[in-house]
Amino acid sequence: MAVTAQTGARPVRAGRRLRLPAWLGTTPFLAYAGIFLLLPTGIVVVDAFRTPSGALNLGSLKALFKSTDRGFFINSFELCLISSALGAVLGAVLAYAIASGNPDGAVRRLYIAVSGVLAQFGGVTLAFAFVVTIGPVGLLFHASWFYSFPWGIAVIYTYFQVPLMVLVFLPAIDGLKVQWREASENLGSSPWQYWRYVGGPLLWPAFAGACLLLFANALSAFATIVAWENQIAYVAPQQIYLAINSEVGLSNVNQADVLALGMIIMVAIIMTGYALLQRRAARWLR
Amino acid sequence: MAALTSVGEAPLAAPAKRPRGMQAGRRRRLNAFRYVVFTLFGLFFLLPLLALLRFSLEGSTLGTWSIAAWKQIASYQGPPPLLSAVEITLELAVLTSVVTLVLLVPTMIWIRLRVQWVSRAFEFLCLLPLTIPAIVLVVGLAPIYNRIRHYELSALMLFWAYVILALPYAYRALAAGLNAIDVKTLSEAARSLGARWFTVMFRVIAPNMWQAILNALLLSAALALGEFTIAYTLLYTNLQVEMYSISRNTPNASVLFSTSLAALVFAFVLLMVISYAGRRRRRGMR
Amino acid sequence: MEGLSRRYGAVVALDGLDLTVQPGELVALLGPSGCGKTTTLRLLAGLEDADAGTITVGGADVTRLPASRRDMGMVFQAYSLFPHMTVRQNVAFGLRLRRVSAAQRDRRAVEMLELVDLVSQADRYPHQISGGQQQRVALARALAIEPQVLLLDEPLSALDAKVRAQLRDQIRRIQLEVGITTLFVTHDQEEALAISDRVGVMQNGRLEQLAPPTDVYSRPATAFVAEFVGLTNRLPGTVSGSAVTVRGRDLPLVDVTTPPGPVTALVRPEAVTLAPDSSGGSGPLTGTVIASTFLGATSRVTVDLGDMTIMAQLSTADATEHPAGSRVTLTIRPDPVLVSADAPVESEA
Repeated sequence: MAVTAQTGARPVRAGRRLRLPAWLGTTPFLAYAGIFLLLPTGIVVVDAFRTPSGALNLGSLKALFKSTDRGFFINSFELCLISSALGAVLGAVLAYAIASGNPDGAVRRLYIAVSGVLAQFGGVTLAFAFVVTIGPVGLLFHASWFYSFPWGIAVIYTYFQVPLMVLVFLPAIDGLKVQWREASENLGSSPWQYWRYVGGPLLWPAFAGACLLLFANALSAFATIVAWENQIAYVAPQQIYLAINSEVGLSNVNQADVLALGMIIMVAIIMTGYALLQRRAARWLR
Repeated sequence: MAALTSVGEAPLAAPAKRPRGMQAGRRRRLNAFRYVVFTLFGLFFLLPLLALLRFSLEGSTLGTWSIAAWKQIASYQGPPPLLSAVEITLELAVLTSVVTLVLLVPTMIWIRLRVQWVSRAFEFLCLLPLTIPAIVLVVGLAPIYNRIRHYELSALMLFWAYVILALPYAYRALAAGLNAIDVKTLSEAARSLGARWFTVMFRVIAPNMWQAILNALLLSAALALGEFTIAYTLLYTNLQVEMYSISRNTPNASVLFSTSLAALVFAFVLLMVISYAGRRRRRGMR
Repeated sequence: MEGLSRRYGAVVALDGLDLTVQPGELVALLGPSGCGKTTTLRLLAGLEDADAGTITVGGADVTRLPASRRDMGMVFQAYSLFPHMTVRQNVAFGLRLRRVSAAQRDRRAVEMLELVDLVSQADRYPHQISGGQQQRVALARALAIEPQVLLLDEPLSALDAKVRAQLRDQIRRIQLEVGITTLFVTHDQEEALAISDRVGVMQNGRLEQLAPPTDVYSRPATAFVAEFVGLTNRLPGTVSGSAVTVRGRDLPLVDVTTPPGPVTALVRPEAVTLAPDSSGGSGPLTGTVIASTFLGATSRVTVDLGDMTIMAQLSTADATEHPAGSRVTLTIRPDPVLVSADAPVESEA
């Protein structure tokens, strides 16, 4: 089509303005994330290797492997594992139920809104709610086994793990194209075979990634522990908190850093795994 | 090869009222499954909330009813007083959500349009806060906030950290919105008509992501309403911290339950309203 | 298929459809969006339930059978390949479900890929090959299980024009080679006319005509078919006796029982010829050429008669003798015409 551009538009400025590289447009974000995300992370990592006076000190790494701290980490680990597994499976079931319904329907909106809210309120509010449900003067019943660690707390964690799972995993289920199911059936598969050969493998990376996220989330569920009356000192985040805010002295800041470093390492492993899984999942289910 | 033939079988009778057939049966089974799932999860989520409601309506002696707890949200003097914390937290919610949007929307559109190669790293950065435990982040944030505290600014300064915490949720919501529209074509069309980048971003792309933007806004606000860890560790006072302090002083004060419930319901209603507001606008545009 | 009906709430998608496809035949279902052609295909495949009617394949009633047991191969419009499997694995999938041994599976998969000429891509993933190649793989996958019937749901709609033409001919070639009974759904009449043994034109859930392509084109059974397939001039005319008078000329009627009165006559552009206007006059069939669209071997010339426009289709050589602006006289070849009772609209370009 040989059409000359006779629109009334202004000619695109060429050469009148300074040509800046496009990536500079991300500078505001980079600056912000740099200061408030990367810098704190960096501080924690670096500080873990220094004494209060500022010299390099690898000895504090030994503190990471001290037996008492390790015990706390293991408790953390167990709790997170259980609650993530529970949350992931239950959340996946709920996400499937939501995804297989009317995309514009009230039920779907309802459950997504509920998930959005509960995923954020997994703290003090949640603790209060559970106290009144099953606590000493609870509405429902007084379940003393709830105080037994880790199962009792795991169930409470599930309360905000499931909504998070829904938020994270629902897009993946939505990404399953209906044509795949139909093609599979047309070629002769039963529903079970479909899930085994097509649906399952396609959802697996996203599911595993979501599990990792849930694990990390559980790891950081500090607030619930603080407010839940009986279980104060069992979990690493608590330790860190105490370490930061106790009046004993500067040396404790160092210990806090070390514990924090331990968590960061765990997180780094999780994030790498998640990123690898996401790459595959994203390509298939986009 | 086989033929499709119409054998001389009489066609079946007039359409039955209830659809017969395999697909209909499968649909029925699926719906039954969904109803069961929604009911079970509904109860699971609802129970603690109902307990909160019950306890928030408790009178001074067991078994009586009173709405005093709800009135107290505004009037509770403490120690410590509640209303100021409510105000601060609401302001924080607004501030956090607005800043998050201002930071993310232009950056994400810009990246999508001009600097795609950065998007993988960008996504990584945005999802990082989901895995780094807040308690670890706060260890690194402490020195930065010490600097801020120098200027004796109010707890509103928490928003700097809250925006970081909100990144993963806002990012996912906005990314879903961007994926749903053909950003490239829209921007090329606008540019060919003479629009500058600014116009393209804010008057062409952003309005088409309306629902996603609202979602991101609400998720950020919900986060601010429910956040505890960072505020508590940095020794600021927000709603959740306040409630925790009240519970330390006066365990089982009924105002705790009314406030918790109010916050939850408020966030939930907000999310639902936004969800429906977005839909109506979309219908109007088609 | 007999008496097939399907409704969605108040919308009737299919209204008592009867259709028989002969062995080895390729029938194209053609029609505008919403006419029910895709619904027919999906009912056949078992992906949706019929509200009434029966479906028989090779003498056996399959109406009650679930989709997974109907022994039909289907190619979808888009997204049909499994993204997590290679091309080879995709093609072999149906065989795997049937517990065919790995060696045999592989052999058959390669055989099918040779048929569609894609053996070199066997170990690629769907996102690494083009849209046209993906559809060919989908075809191979559908044929691998040796179904009794092949179903194609607008397989070319999502592709570029050039790829579409190539693939269309390839599909026909393969279908003839394998000899499989095929139902091909499309909204593109060129596709339907080019490759099918018979064309079924549908509208509003009913089959308007089922006939070989040439018949559908030159002897349309209803006004809808005449207008949907190919281009048509809609000219006001009056019926008297067994002919309709259009702009001063009498044309024989297809349906001689049409009651007398004003009607719209449907005239094909090929039936209209041009000659330079020597009368200098303003007869009912004299006008000015206002546009000439070059289509390759033929050209479509639009003539303005003053109160309406008419399209003529001529060889390009003839068309160049009447460039835009020249005055011409039109002749309408006296083929039998269909008439419709609808009022004539200003004829479409």
